Amino acid sequence: MADIVIIGDGPAGMNAAAVVHAHGHRPILITESRQAGGQGYRRPSPGLELDMPSLMGSEAGKYLALHARFEAIRSAIDYRQNTLVWNIENRTLHLLRDGVASTQSFDALILATGAMDRIAPVPGWTLPGVFTLGGAQVALKDQGCFIGRRVAFVGSSPLLALAAQQYRKLGADVVVIADTTPLLDKVAALPSLANSPRTLLRGLAYLGGAWRAGVPVLNGVTALAIEGDDHVIAITLKDSGNRDRRFACDAVALGYGLKPETQLAELAGATLVYDETFRLWLPRTDAYGRAGPGLYLAGDGAAIGGADAAEASGALAAHAALADLGFAEPGATMLGLRRRVGRLRAFQQGLARAFAWPVAQIGALADSVTLCRCENVSVGDVRRAMDQELGPVEINRVKAMTRCGMGRCQGRVCGPSLQEIVAGHAGIAGAAAGRLRVQAPVKPIALAAADAIS
Amino acid sequence: MSRLTVDVAIIGGGLIGAWSAYFLARRDKRVVIIEKGVVGAQSSGTNFGNLRLQGRFPGQYPLSLRSQALWEQLEDLIGDRCEFEQTGHLYLSFDQKEREKIEAYAAVSETYGLTIDHLEPSDLRRRWPWLSERVVAATFSARDATANPRLVTPAVARAAKGLGVTVIEHCRVTEIGSGGGAFTVKTDTGTEIDCGQVINAAGAWALAIAEQFGETAPLFPAGPPQFVTEPYPYFIEPSIQAVDGSVIFRQIPRGNIILAGYPRTAADPVANRAPVPAAKTLSAMQSLAKVVPALANCHVIRVWSGIEGYLPDMVPVIGPSRTTPGLFHAFGFCGHGFQIGPGVGLCLSEMIVDGETATPLEPFSIARFENPVETDEKFRREFDSEPAPDRSAS
Ligand SMILES: Cc1cc2nc3c(=O)[nH]c(=O)nc-3n(C[C@H](O)[C@H](O)[C@H](O)COP(=O)(O)OP(=O)(O)OC[C@H]3O[C@@H](n4cnc5c(N)ncnc54)[C@H](O)[C@@H]3O)c2cc1C
Ligand SMILES: Cc1cc2nc3c(=O)[nH]c(=O)nc-3n(C[C@H](O)[C@H](O)[C@H](O)COP(=O)(O)OP(=O)(O)OC[C@H]3O[C@@H](n4cnc5c(N)ncnc54)[C@H](O)[C@@H]3O)c2cc1C
Repeated sequence: MADIVIIGDGPAGMNAAAVVHAHGHRPILITESRQAGGQGYRRPSPGLELDMPSLMGSEAGKYLALHARFEAIRSAIDYRQNTLVWNIENRTLHLLRDGVASTQSFDALILATGAMDRIAPVPGWTLPGVFTLGGAQVALKDQGCFIGRRVAFVGSSPLLALAAQQYRKLGADVVVIADTTPLLDKVAALPSLANSPRTLLRGLAYLGGAWRAGVPVLNGVTALAIEGDDHVIAITLKDSGNRDRRFACDAVALGYGLKPETQLAELAGATLVYDETFRLWLPRTDAYGRAGPGLYLAGDGAAIGGADAAEASGALAAHAALADLGFAEPGATMLGLRRRVGRLRAFQQGLARAFAWPVAQIGALADSVTLCRCENVSVGDVRRAMDQELGPVEINRVKAMTRCGMGRCQGRVCGPSLQEIVAGHAGIAGAAAGRLRVQAPVKPIALAAADAIS
Repeated sequence: MSRLTVDVAIIGGGLIGAWSAYFLARRDKRVVIIEKGVVGAQSSGTNFGNLRLQGRFPGQYPLSLRSQALWEQLEDLIGDRCEFEQTGHLYLSFDQKEREKIEAYAAVSETYGLTIDHLEPSDLRRRWPWLSERVVAATFSARDATANPRLVTPAVARAAKGLGVTVIEHCRVTEIGSGGGAFTVKTDTGTEIDCGQVINAAGAWALAIAEQFGETAPLFPAGPPQFVTEPYPYFIEPSIQAVDGSVIFRQIPRGNIILAGYPRTAADPVANRAPVPAAKTLSAMQSLAKVVPALANCHVIRVWSGIEGYLPDMVPVIGPSRTTPGLFHAFGFCGHGFQIGPGVGLCLSEMIVDGETATPLEPFSIARFENPVETDEKFRREFDSEPAPDRSAS
């Protein structure tokens, strides 16, 4: 029997496992998490009395259904939680569980590794009290706590309004929702959003809720900065009328959409292509998620699409894998899923324009702003290194000269901003700045992990 | 298409090419460096950064010591320290046989005037109490040093540029015409260079140049598997090497521990890839935790390697071509070219300007490959399998 291995138990991985199981196979589902659900459909830590259906709002039905479906197959699949995949080479996965290393081969591999927050630095972004937007949600949904009592939601993302709503619901004070994308650009993106009217309306409802509660909702803000000496005390900005504004707060949730976790895909041999809309390097797949022989990508790790697209693309990748292995006939279900995934992802392309990555604002950052927080490298350090005689213009060389992206997170946080700083300073296209190359391990691993081997 | 006339054209902007250019320019030669990628991005920029004097091939000591003296003046020479740290090198032995080996190395080092501390377990516990208790003896040389390889070659090339050297990046030498005591170097960008001398410092790609002149060597592209850990409080000053080759590691003042492991892994100079097999990473992690048990919970954050040219006798080719006057080779540095880089550059400049150098370089002649050469024991032990010479390098 062929080994079908799925990495990730977010909506994409859970659904892929369900489809493989429904076809009479026993998938191996590997995840570094301890709770099924991934990011979007995260479950609270055991013992936490959180009212998830109320928190999930309009998505509660889907949330409950997916978890119920997964519970039903859970004991029938080879489910390995708390297991990090730290490397992939020659069709072998290298695993680490409870500090013990092992390997796993596969015939088909479905990567459903999800996404992480994309952050653009602003002055003060490394102060205690500043969290990523997703982190602010995780604190709430995983631990049942707030990042602060008076929170500013800042950046550019549809999830700003969603997270703000979740915080308000549970009693936190939302001081402002400040989005860097001008309202006109949002309006211009509307036609491309109209093909998913339900999602669009849901987004507008979140905003409407904020308006009604008297939360200032600002679009097209510039000159964002976070104030404080040893903790956040306020954010300052210029509003769309170029007026200086200041909002006292004790926490900031900062986010510019998501960034696929593509390290494993790259190690497994996927080709990465620069996407001009997202301004990110994304793995190339066909419409079914195939990224190479026996390699399938699904969910937000393949292309940002949100939880619905993750579920659908997980099922789609599983169908494709089963068909390629000769275990199933490609049929109408597959075509339907393919259309659905295509539509949901097209919607995200529209969202990426309505909630744009702030290229110009990053390019205009002052030299003193910290760019790489692991290695404490400033924007100016990068620009000065590039200005030297024989200075680097390619991102990996910039890293080699400055240590930017060379720290514990390996550029997962600063990478997209470094890309803009390099491209902007050299006056070249984003893609021409190159791509930070990945190497194992995809997350740090302790020396002791090797002890159990050999 | 542009055309340039110089005295010396240097093929390859690695450490060897950069230092050669620097010293030639100091002797008023007009020099161009031609680099297919960017300066210092191959072996010279990815290496471990060790400037080790202990345990070298005996015939290399005069060159090696001359080179170390240049490293010691790095800041005066190029205006940049490049994180040069003279914190010594410690050789560890774990049994009697290994002990004899490091003692034999030490005897050679001492003949050349190096001061070696011979250390018993009690000395080790006093000086480096965090070392494994399984070490039976060690030798320490205080003159050994380290520097940051990512910074050095670009800094040397910048200094050379300041002395008038022309540096052409993103330009690959494809063909070299020669005749009448002069060369025409042709490149893939159309730039042509007329010159009187050529230095072949093309690293793991050097065979493609040598073979145009009817010369060859059993060059094999490979690299040691390396990794770096997250920053830890700084406590490991010297660079430390187990004499069996299983680990060489050092800590930089920033806190990261850098490790080179073994066996070396074949690299691909055509695809420009130097993969690090996971099994080697794991075994190196294990070895490091054995030598410094306190690091057991320290995390590895990245692996890498590089594309280095190795030769079966584990010594480089340095010196004039046997077929073509005016052509000089400097390649196949077998994993130890960083330390001798400045010395090699200086010697090449002397050979070109003065017609000779006082440093003995006979052991490094390319002529030795006209007859079958003996494969070094280290070469056998420290590679996965008997490597076959690679001829596909281009
Ligand atoms: C911080 C954060 C918060 C979010 N909050 C929301 C929200 O509230 N509502 C919403 O609709 N969307 C939210 N999203 C968007 C989210 O990406 C999608 O909703 C959805 O979760 C994507 O599903 P997925 O299955 O593709 O990936 P995910 O749900 O992200 O799941 C990824 C899975 O891969 C596993 N994994 C990744 N790498 C490895 C590895 N190397 N080894 C082993 N396992 C690995 C993880 O453990 C996880 O199980 C959030 C995203 C982020 C990053
Ligand atoms: C992982 C690793 C660790 C090492 N650790 C150490 C150490 O600790 N101590 C030590 O002393 N040594 C070490 N070394 C060895 C040392 O790095 C090398 O010996 C040294 O850098 C060689 O320098 P080079 O200039 O000959 O080669 P390179 O740096 O490879 O330079 C050659 C250059 O030539 C260019 N080139 C090739 N062909 C052409 C062409 N046709 N046209 C134009 N340009 C061309 C290449 O692009 C390259 O930049 C290590 C090597 C590796 C790979």
